[in-house]
Amino acid sequence: MQLTLSAEDAEFRDQLREFFTTKIPQEIRDVVRDNGELTREQLVQSMRILNENGLAVPSWPTEWGGKDWTLMQKHIWHEELQRAYVPEPLAFNASMIGPVLAQFATQEMKERFLPATANMDIWWSQGFSEPDAGSDLASLKTRAVRDGDHYVVNGQKTWTTLGQFGDWIFTLVRTNPEVKKQAGISMLLIDMKSPGLEVRPIELIDGGKEVNEVWFTDVRVPVENLVGEENRAWDYAKFLLGNERVGIARVGTTKARLAQAKEFAASIKVGDGTLLDDPQFSTRFVELETDLLALELTALRVAANSADGKPDPASSVLKLKGSELQQAVTELTVDLAGPASLASGADDDSTVPLWARRSTPAYLNTRKTTIYGGSNEVQRQIISRTILGL
Amino acid sequence: MDFNYDDEQQALREAVRGLIGKAYSDYEERRRAVAADPGFSEQVWGQLAEMGLLGLPFEEQYGGMGASAIEVGIVAEELGRVVAPEPFLTTVVLAGGAIAAAGTEVQKTELLGGISAGESIVAFAHAEPGSRWEPTASVVTATDGGDTWTLSGTKEPVIQGARADVLIVSAALPEGGTGLFVVDPSAQGVSREGYRTHDGGRAARVVLDGAAATPLGAAEDRTGVIARVLDGARIAAANEAIGLMEVAINTTSSYLTSRKQFGVPLNTFQALTFRAADLYVQLELSRSVAVWASMVLAESSTDEFVAQAAARASLRISRAGRQVGQEAIQLHGGIGMTAEYSIGAYTSRLTALDHLFGDGNHHLGLLACRVGDYAELEPVP
Repeated sequence: MQLTLSAEDAEFRDQLREFFTTKIPQEIRDVVRDNGELTREQLVQSMRILNENGLAVPSWPTEWGGKDWTLMQKHIWHEELQRAYVPEPLAFNASMIGPVLAQFATQEMKERFLPATANMDIWWSQGFSEPDAGSDLASLKTRAVRDGDHYVVNGQKTWTTLGQFGDWIFTLVRTNPEVKKQAGISMLLIDMKSPGLEVRPIELIDGGKEVNEVWFTDVRVPVENLVGEENRAWDYAKFLLGNERVGIARVGTTKARLAQAKEFAASIKVGDGTLLDDPQFSTRFVELETDLLALELTALRVAANSADGKPDPASSVLKLKGSELQQAVTELTVDLAGPASLASGADDDSTVPLWARRSTPAYLNTRKTTIYGGSNEVQRQIISRTILGL
Repeated sequence: MDFNYDDEQQALREAVRGLIGKAYSDYEERRRAVAADPGFSEQVWGQLAEMGLLGLPFEEQYGGMGASAIEVGIVAEELGRVVAPEPFLTTVVLAGGAIAAAGTEVQKTELLGGISAGESIVAFAHAEPGSRWEPTASVVTATDGGDTWTLSGTKEPVIQGARADVLIVSAALPEGGTGLFVVDPSAQGVSREGYRTHDGGRAARVVLDGAAATPLGAAEDRTGVIARVLDGARIAAANEAIGLMEVAINTTSSYLTSRKQFGVPLNTFQALTFRAADLYVQLELSRSVAVWASMVLAESSTDEFVAQAAARASLRISRAGRQVGQEAIQLHGGIGMTAEYSIGAYTSRLTALDHLFGDGNHHLGLLACRVGDYAELEPVP
């Protein structure tokens, strides 16, 4: 038992804090801070700076640019990155396909894709969910049929986040419809410039178009783009989704957002004081802070206890509570904005401050957090089955 | 930051579980223990003393083991697991904590020695009619008679006040402030009316009418000591609540897998299993805060940081304890309402702990007054 960080960890934290706040351009971090929309170029630039300094893909094997960090160091890296409003390394590259390739792909495929993936020379998109395969991912229907040296792919993927920027897409496709649904799935890497592949944006409730449908019509994919073995991709997908839950608590981000919300509250005059003096708001801040403290401590406790590198089943707790707190802080921010929150379409000439104008779209957008990464209902299922034996 | 228990701490947990888990292996044993006065097993109390647990936090020169809040938390958690009725929290942590913090050498030797040996139950008489967890006293007043002090007024509820061999009483001082006094309950001017509490424990109304009293240490304002001692007790209580919640959730999960309705076990119904999952989330979040608060206390942090940790733990565990206690009964159905079955006792004890040293909203109010003083809440001082 020790309360404080070890001297090495504290030094590690200070170095990262210094790096993130001085080496990643301020204008990029300002966009993140203000809940704005990053351009493709900004995201690539930020990740390349991280990669040049060995900070983009710390969880990968060291031979592919990873770091032999302790779980505590990984936690600190994540936390400091988020607190400095550095855009997170693109999850599709850094925490999804990268680790899968490093674990399951041939040496040739690793050499072809991993360096380019770490450096964002390839922007990856994810082709997992389908209109009829959400939480029940294994019931996916997109077909890949072998034809000589190619697979011919037909079907539709959906919820492909930032697919409009994608160079390549990693997909789960059905290669054997005759067997149990989990046993007939393969993973194919598909060039998004392939003929017959079409990306169609989906407008979301916040007005943004960050997700897409991806349609495949007789798309020909060379067989060397198969990851690992045919019909074994359910294992790869489970591996990938397990990694996805790590870091999903987003403690650093929520902490920073809550501190911002406090500033907003203190800027709004009411009577002799500010909204921060209003018990309706001050108690909400305390409840959220206390839950966030509990989440942060739990993340540290789980990090300290998963020495074998496998995600602890308790990581479901982190996902559940982390996503709820992200939502709760955006909800609080809308409430602080009050009637000004309606001015979401106003420009910079508005009398309404930027944070208040962006508060409602951010709140609406954040509803996704309890749905993605394994919906919170899926997490409850994992907890009740795996941990409680129900 | 390191949340792992070392080997000695693990061994302590196993030893306590061996003793207390055996004594109360069957819930019927616990029922029998609380049925008759003093509401706990004197035999188990003696065994706890033999193992050295009643002197755990005291310095070795006073018969103690010099252990930290981590070890106290381990014992409290283990007691919670079986809803043990022995007054470890109020006698060792609270009354003992006050004596250790404020007593003279002679008082520490005598009183802490008595607690450690299991020979003396000491009660901390602080709550008063109308009080709400303040670290001060106003109903009981102290009068300086030159060589001697006397106390007058009523303390209620005093946990284990009727069984107590010694009372540590807080009282308003003539010059202002709150002092701490040692009172012999058999002395003239002390009357005690004992009664049962809902959680199987005992409490008393203690009426003081010019009762002779000896200052605990100096007869000076002890508000700061009382506040710090209460914070220590809050953190120990948080650990006890973790033990209570863990077993309440496990008991509930077992029941859901064994109880059948409509021809199928209850865990067939997702409406029930999802609620059990939510309880587990509450438990794990609360455990982190309880252990963290114990570390804060163990590492001699400032009074202010300890107070912050105690308040955060109290708030988190108040919220969690209510949800776990209420849902554990609901998920059981009718059987959960019966005194014969264990789960209600867990809920009752969680409810008692919630109100012993300040409930969630009490701490929420205190924390909310200072929310503008800092930007972010950091777990490390």
